Amino acid sequence: MVAIIDYGVGNLFSLRSSLAAIGAEAVVTGDPEVIRRADKLILPGVGAFQDAAALLRRDGLDRLVTEEAIGGKPLLGICLGMQLLFDVSYEYGEHRGLGLIPGRVVPIADAIPAGLKIPQIGWNALRFPKPSPLFRYIREGDCVYFVHSYYAAGCEDYVTADTEYGAYLTAAVQRDNVFGVQFHPEKSGTVGLDILRAFCEEGAVC
Amino acid sequence: MITKRIIPCLDVKDGRVVKGVNFLGLHDVSSPVRLAKFYSDCGADELVFYDITASAEGRALFTDILTEVASTIFIPLTVGGGINTVDDFDRVLKCGADKVSVNSGAIRDPSLIPQAARRYGDQCVVLSVDAKRVDGQFRVFAKGGREDTGLDAIQWIKSGVKNGAGEIVLNSIDTDGVKNGFDLEMLEAVCDVVDVPVIASGGAGCVDHFKELFHALPKVDAGLAASIFHFGEVAIPDLKRELAADGINMRLSGF
Repeated sequence: MVAIIDYGVGNLFSLRSSLAAIGAEAVVTGDPEVIRRADKLILPGVGAFQDAAALLRRDGLDRLVTEEAIGGKPLLGICLGMQLLFDVSYEYGEHRGLGLIPGRVVPIADAIPAGLKIPQIGWNALRFPKPSPLFRYIREGDCVYFVHSYYAAGCEDYVTADTEYGAYLTAAVQRDNVFGVQFHPEKSGTVGLDILRAFCEEGAVC
Repeated sequence: MITKRIIPCLDVKDGRVVKGVNFLGLHDVSSPVRLAKFYSDCGADELVFYDITASAEGRALFTDILTEVASTIFIPLTVGGGINTVDDFDRVLKCGADKVSVNSGAIRDPSLIPQAARRYGDQCVVLSVDAKRVDGQFRVFAKGGREDTGLDAIQWIKSGVKNGAGEIVLNSIDTDGVKNGFDLEMLEAVCDVVDVPVIASGGAGCVDHFKELFHALPKVDAGLAASIFHFGEVAIPDLKRELAADGINMRLSGF
């Protein structure tokens, strides 16, 4: 069973529906017991980093998710949920993340030439600097849907996908059992469903 | 690089798609759910649903349909029509919409844009504008293009973006329905003053009109159309392949 962690951030309708569409058994929950019992965890998130990190801490879910991930349970962070996996974010200040993957979350504007629109909104192609089990059902060049103004930097050793938007921006990371995707697989058509399927399938992801 | 988006628009009234639909081999073509699935399978990059129902029953039916669409297809969905308050945003977002488009509601109450942007983020708020040339000016029209508001469209769009609109849909009343091409002049005037995505609407009649749009105005992010897609005059897979062959960046796999 996959637990989609509900900590009061964003709308989980599409994520829940997309897991139902691939036949994955999933629950949306903030209950620590259910999270402990789950085989795999998905950490979603939209909005501001600081607010999301505070909400996650309010219920002690930050510690629980960290413990479960360190214990080897597969964890997939999506969009802001992926950014929360890193050490620190510089979105409106300096805010601590979960520290599960070394790196920092910084503005796209620092990396790309002036004139490109921010946020990056739309479909962009993936490039795979190294193979990842998460992408075993899709191909390099497939497009996924992005909506973001910040990206993860300083995590080169863990980047499994990037995307070109004036510069190559981190699109996905993996450190052992901890995965993160900057884009929205639940809004990326069949390519997105194939990524979720690779994560949710019975048995080990990696 | 980010791809240009092709967006079919579905007007829904009392639970059915209006404006007529004429697909070979697709039965019950006025079912919004069937049509949404068809478009998603053809490679549409996003869908826009406009609720043109006036009654409360129709509105409830619309949200039921939206829920079904959002449970079945997994590409971005924008919803508009009858969005007058932040509660209306809440209503459609809970049913699976990703973005909400405001038009007359924002003209009646300009504070709607900043309120919604604060609550849901700029990326969620789409300002849809129906504009027409009047006395040498691009003028904003309300109520489905029937009422001249006296507002200057360029100023209105600039202030909308400043207040938190994360995307603009510009529908030119002058070119809408004429099938003679998009309103490049009006679109350029808008692209010059905003730095958020601009979606062109009104006037597409054939593949060449999309080529012309994306080549002439690289700052336009997407082309939106309704009847040419519904009537099968332009097939989305052919359109996307032809645009890609012409050097325009398109999403071609995964559907």
